[in-house]
Formats: sequence, C-alpha cells, structure tokens
Amino acid sequence: MVENLLPRRSSIHRLLEGRTDNLLIVAGLGSAIWDAESAGENPLNFYLLGAMGSVLPTALGLALAQPKRRVMALMGDAELMMGLYAVPTVAVRSPANLSVVCIDNGRFGETGSQVSHTSQGVDLAGIARASGYPHVMEVHNETGLDALRTAVHHTEGPLFAVIKVSSDMPSVVMPIRDAAIGKARFREALLGERGLKE
Amino acid sequence: MADAAAAEINWREDIFQAIKTLEIKQVHYVPDAGHSHVIDKCLADPDIEAGMLANEFEGVGVCCGAWLGGQRSLMLMQSSGIGNTINALGLATSGRFPFLSIITMRGEWGEFNPWQLHGGQSAEKVLEASGVIVMRANYAHEVGEIVLAGARLAFHSYCPVAVLIGQRVIGAKVF
Repeated sequence: MVENLLPRRSSIHRLLEGRTDNLLIVAGLGSAIWDAESAGENPLNFYLLGAMGSVLPTALGLALAQPKRRVMALMGDAELMMGLYAVPTVAVRSPANLSVVCIDNGRFGETGSQVSHTSQGVDLAGIARASGYPHVMEVHNETGLDALRTAVHHTEGPLFAVIKVSSDMPSVVMPIRDAAIGKARFREALLGERGLKE
Repeated sequence: MADAAAAEINWREDIFQAIKTLEIKQVHYVPDAGHSHVIDKCLADPDIEAGMLANEFEGVGVCCGAWLGGQRSLMLMQSSGIGNTINALGLATSGRFPFLSIITMRGEWGEFNPWQLHGGQSAEKVLEASGVIVMRANYAHEVGEIVLAGARLAFHSYCPVAVLIGQRVIGAKVF
C-alpha cells in the first residue's frame, strides 16, 4: 500500500491554525492530547487520559449542549475503535456542529507501536459513510488539511474526517492531568462564573 | 405480578415529572420496557434533547459532555447494561462529574430469564466498587422522591449516582 502519510504534529497544528473561542475540543489518549496541547494550552480543550473510547460520546453531549459553538472530537484510530458504536450513534443524533477528527497512524502508538485495525484493512471513513454522515473526508495532504479546517468551522455536520499520518511519535507534551481541574477550567471558560458555581 | 401499590401510583410519570422539575435537558437511553413511558414523553418534549445510544458505555461520556456544556442530563438503562459502563465511569469519577442514571432492574423479583441474574445480582456491588452512589426504590410510591433526591445529590455534589428501580416495582417479565 503506497500512501502519502502526513507528519502528525505539524498537521494538527495546521488544522488548529487561527482557532477562536468558538471551537471546543475534546481529545483523548494519548498522542492526540500531546498534539493538541503542543498547539497551545487552551482551557476550551478537555482531555480524557482514561475511560478510553469515551472521546466521541463526550463530544456528542457537549455538541448537543452547545449548538452555537463548533465542537471537535480529536482522537487516534485506536481510541475511536474502542468506542466504535459511537460512530453510528453520532450519525443518528446528527449534531450539525460536531466534527469527528481521527488521527489515523495505523498503530497503537503508546503501547509499542503494534499495528492496529486500520493497518489491517478496516476503513473508518467507509464506516462513517455507511453510518450516514453527510460529510466524510480523507485527508492525505496539506490542501486536505486546509479544507478540513474550513469544514470544521463552517460545514453543516456532523463531519467525519480521517487524517492519514505516519507512525512517528513526537515528544509528549503533558497537559494538566486532573480531569476535575480540566472540567472546572473548561466550564469557567465556556460558561463564566456559573460554570464554577452551579 | 407488580406490587399491589404500583397499580395505584404512576411511578413512570413520576420519573418524567422529576425530569421536568430538575430541568434536565438531555436524556439518553438504551431502551428498556420499564422506561418506555419516560422515553416516549421525553422524545415528545421540545425542551428535552432525547435520543438513543447503541451501548450504555456511551452514556457516561455523553452525560459528562453535557455537563461540560452546561446542561443537566440523564441516562436511562436496564441492569443488564451496567457492565458496559464500568470503564467509562472513570471519566465521571476522575473528573468529579455529576452522572445520573436510572436503572430498571432485572434478575431479582421473580425473574424468568436466568441470563438476567448476571447483571441484576451484581448491580449494586459493581456500581459501588466503581465509585457510583447507589439508591434504590423497591416500591412504586417512593420512586419519584428517590429520583429527585438522587438527582440533587448528583448535580449538587458532583458525583455519579445510580437510582435502581426494583423489579418488584416494574413487575416480573414472563415470556
């Protein structure tokens, strides 16, 4: 299989260029978090360092609660596989403001780079198409990344995108690990004082 | 057979009225016959975003996501799905999120299907071992107030709470 594989970290930085407070991000284990955090600390990023498979459900609940904001679920292919049933659930619940962005390196990167399902022929974009997403993108180059960035901010979704990246492992950029702090910061940034006092 | 008192008390409607009183805005479900009235009422309510999930695992994330976005939410499920939630519950406990679930029980009161014992008989132990506070209604007349108290505990004290609706309330299913 010959494919043009993107470097993951610079690709995520390019995807998040020009980000505004209108974009809320939920990201999960493990490298997707380091990628997002390395693009700049932001209280409107919520990270799951456990409960693997829960990134997409969490983003769904957030997107339904905040229909005027844009929400991105950012995760690796193994995180998505672990909670795969959320892919059709999101298609059925159909939040127009939600983008599913899967960074697909075809590996379990954090555990020794074992090959993952997508290296063995599983087609995540195909699963999304079959589930009924109105927009499905497969990104192989920088032009595609720019198109995806525009779509994340403007497309009537839900949008499902797979970014095909190489299996390189950039440095760990550790965020605040305490989810209670992450939750409080996120709610304060989004909801103001109510977010802390409710 | 349902408990005699259940015939006089519409505990299903009491749950729906509690949802309205609590201003819950999202209701997510993996269906159970015991929840069918509440599901139908929530789907018909324009102030509630109600919808199905494929697996109870999703319910924890969706409800925690709703709270991140400033809304109260609720998960409806049956006892056979508790096992599916365990790993996801780490999100609620690690983040001190409110997470409210109402769980209809099987595998206890005159159960016909032996496969339901696995989820039903282990329910309270498994939930408590996973950090969930368990409250339980065994009689129809107490369902409404226990749901209200459990919900306030979850939303005001930021913790996962499961309200179990005993099979005695629902009535044993006979094929």
